[in-house]
Amino acid sequence: MADLHRFANPTRFLRLAGYIQPWAAGIFFISLAAGLYMGLYASPGDYQQGESARIMYVHVPAAWMAMFCYTIMAVASAVSLIWKHPLSDVAARATAPIGAAFTFLALATGSLWGKPMWGTWWVWDARLTSVLVLLFLYIGYMALQGAFDDRTRAAKASAVLALVGFVNVPIIKFSVDWWNTLHQPASVIKMGGSSIDPSMLWPLLIMALAFKAYYVWVLMIRMRTELVDNKVRIMRLRQVHGG
Amino acid sequence: MFQGKNLTCVRGERIVFQDLNFDLAEGGALVLIGPNGAGKSSLLRLMAGLLAPAEGSLLWKGENTLDDFDEHALRLHYVGHHDAVKPVLTGLENVRFWSGVRGGKIDDEHILGALDAFDAGRLADVAGRFLSAGQKRRVNLARIIAAPAPLWLLDEPTTALDRASIGLLDTAIRKHRESGGAVVLSTHADIDLDAATVMDLADFAATHPLGYPFAGAA
Amino acid sequence: MGQFIFLIRRDLSLAFRQGMDSVMVVVFFVIAVVLFPFGVGPEPGVLERISAGVIWVAALLAAMLSLERLFQTDYEDGSLELLALSSLPMEVTVLAKVVAHWITTGLPLIVAAPVLAVLMQMDAGGFGVLILALLLGTPSLSLIGAVGAALILGSRRGGVLLSLLVLPLYIPVLIFGVSAVDGAIGGYEYQAQLMILGGFFAGSLALAPFAGAAGLRQSLE
Repeated sequence: MADLHRFANPTRFLRLAGYIQPWAAGIFFISLAAGLYMGLYASPGDYQQGESARIMYVHVPAAWMAMFCYTIMAVASAVSLIWKHPLSDVAARATAPIGAAFTFLALATGSLWGKPMWGTWWVWDARLTSVLVLLFLYIGYMALQGAFDDRTRAAKASAVLALVGFVNVPIIKFSVDWWNTLHQPASVIKMGGSSIDPSMLWPLLIMALAFKAYYVWVLMIRMRTELVDNKVRIMRLRQVHGG
Repeated sequence: MFQGKNLTCVRGERIVFQDLNFDLAEGGALVLIGPNGAGKSSLLRLMAGLLAPAEGSLLWKGENTLDDFDEHALRLHYVGHHDAVKPVLTGLENVRFWSGVRGGKIDDEHILGALDAFDAGRLADVAGRFLSAGQKRRVNLARIIAAPAPLWLLDEPTTALDRASIGLLDTAIRKHRESGGAVVLSTHADIDLDAATVMDLADFAATHPLGYPFAGAA
Repeated sequence: MGQFIFLIRRDLSLAFRQGMDSVMVVVFFVIAVVLFPFGVGPEPGVLERISAGVIWVAALLAAMLSLERLFQTDYEDGSLELLALSSLPMEVTVLAKVVAHWITTGLPLIVAAPVLAVLMQMDAGGFGVLILALLLGTPSLSLIGAVGAALILGSRRGGVLLSLLVLPLYIPVLIFGVSAVDGAIGGYEYQAQLMILGGFFAGSLALAPFAGAAGLRQSLE
């Protein structure tokens, strides 16, 4: 660990990222095209909700990704706190905006879905509400990242926050579900795993794959950018200070 | 008694110093000098355990101090840039709190004795907000007399002190060393200690101090 | 234990001599609640319906406002690093400061709550449960808030940032706190909600000191 810490040389990571990035991009575009085709043309519309239910193929994978990215952030934060691996900080920091974007996408599509169903853009549906709170957690995390001049401080503080948030996610989920049963029992976004028709399940899973690939692709870009950015900054500083 | 081995300190993204070694014996004194930013304060915080070394180890009688932070904390007194004197508490109350929170004696007589060591007995009943910078510093120094500890880590302790008070600090340090205590202090050379080792932190500057932890990338 | 009490007593006497802090929190609480009749109109039916929610939300905000200073002054005057070097483990220091904070802000809020309940036309049947729910809920608010207060030390935008970090985490306490009071007023079940609030308290009591201590340690580096 000490060697790694002393001159954590990201060259190996940069090379690896260079390999992964085009593959992730390829998988993303292919599975996105396939998923959209299957979801929007090849699969039947929902017999109750009609064509509007097709937004599910974006909404549900986006909601999955919202949670997935937060989990990755928490894991990376734990790694950074325990083993102090500098790349995990970069990974957690790079994941946050992607996760927040997926969360926002899940909210926007949920709202679009709700309009024809309930005739209103927003309903305090249990799932949507939980996702909204998750968005707040993301925003808090990113705000804390940006609030320090010293990057290592920012990384440590937000790592603790990510873990605290992660512990709270199931509690918030439970509370919101409980609160929701008092007020509005039915959720339109029904995703009972076993009862779903295979003709709808496949496009859903392929879209989920597309979103995962997108995440990996953008994560690689963001991490490489930050590392290169670092390199440039160090060289500039050395020019100035002669260090 | 207190040793540092191959210490490397990182603040932010800068390597402040690296491969620093020291060995402090009972009754010993180590004086840290060096230009601003050379890491005098960082080394003292590192010795106190407030800062973790990026590399290297600190040993107290052969035992790694990082293994038990709380135990190490009780061995030492740290005087930093801030005096931790609460404006609404009197001089006596301030010292009593810092003594008590370390499990030291808290009776008035004992605390007054500690204050007297820095000629601060008069300040016992004065609220912190009425104290000058030098008076606050004396109250803060009285704290380290009130609850004894074998290691003193003093970060520019003479700041804001007048000549008479520096003399009192001198005396206090001499007594402390005579009773087997050790002291590390950073200074601008306005205090004279007998048989002290002087360490210039500029000698331990890193060749490529910037850009940690990705220093190898550039 | 001795040092634990010692630290609490010191924080209490600091708060007591500095005076105004707890008074201002209560005044904020009262004003925030009193704004609602102006906002929604004074019809007793409307006010009664929202009374529990309004009082809880205002209590949440009031508790949060005072949190910013929980570690701030100790951080600025160097006391925090000396506390870190005292014989108390950092977790216990956090707990002691939270206890002192709750006594100086949480408790006065609870005392003021019934008066506000009267102003909000709350049914008298809800008073007891309101106090009970606040007694179980506000310690969780202080504990969770302490983690946020530790994390923002040394950052550029303290107060606003703190609310961003802490308020989403307050939602569960809010949900069950309001629901317990509404249950008592409406004549249906409220014991379960109180038990869950107690559960939150126990959970945050077990975890928050550790997270808070981790936050404080990184602030000292």
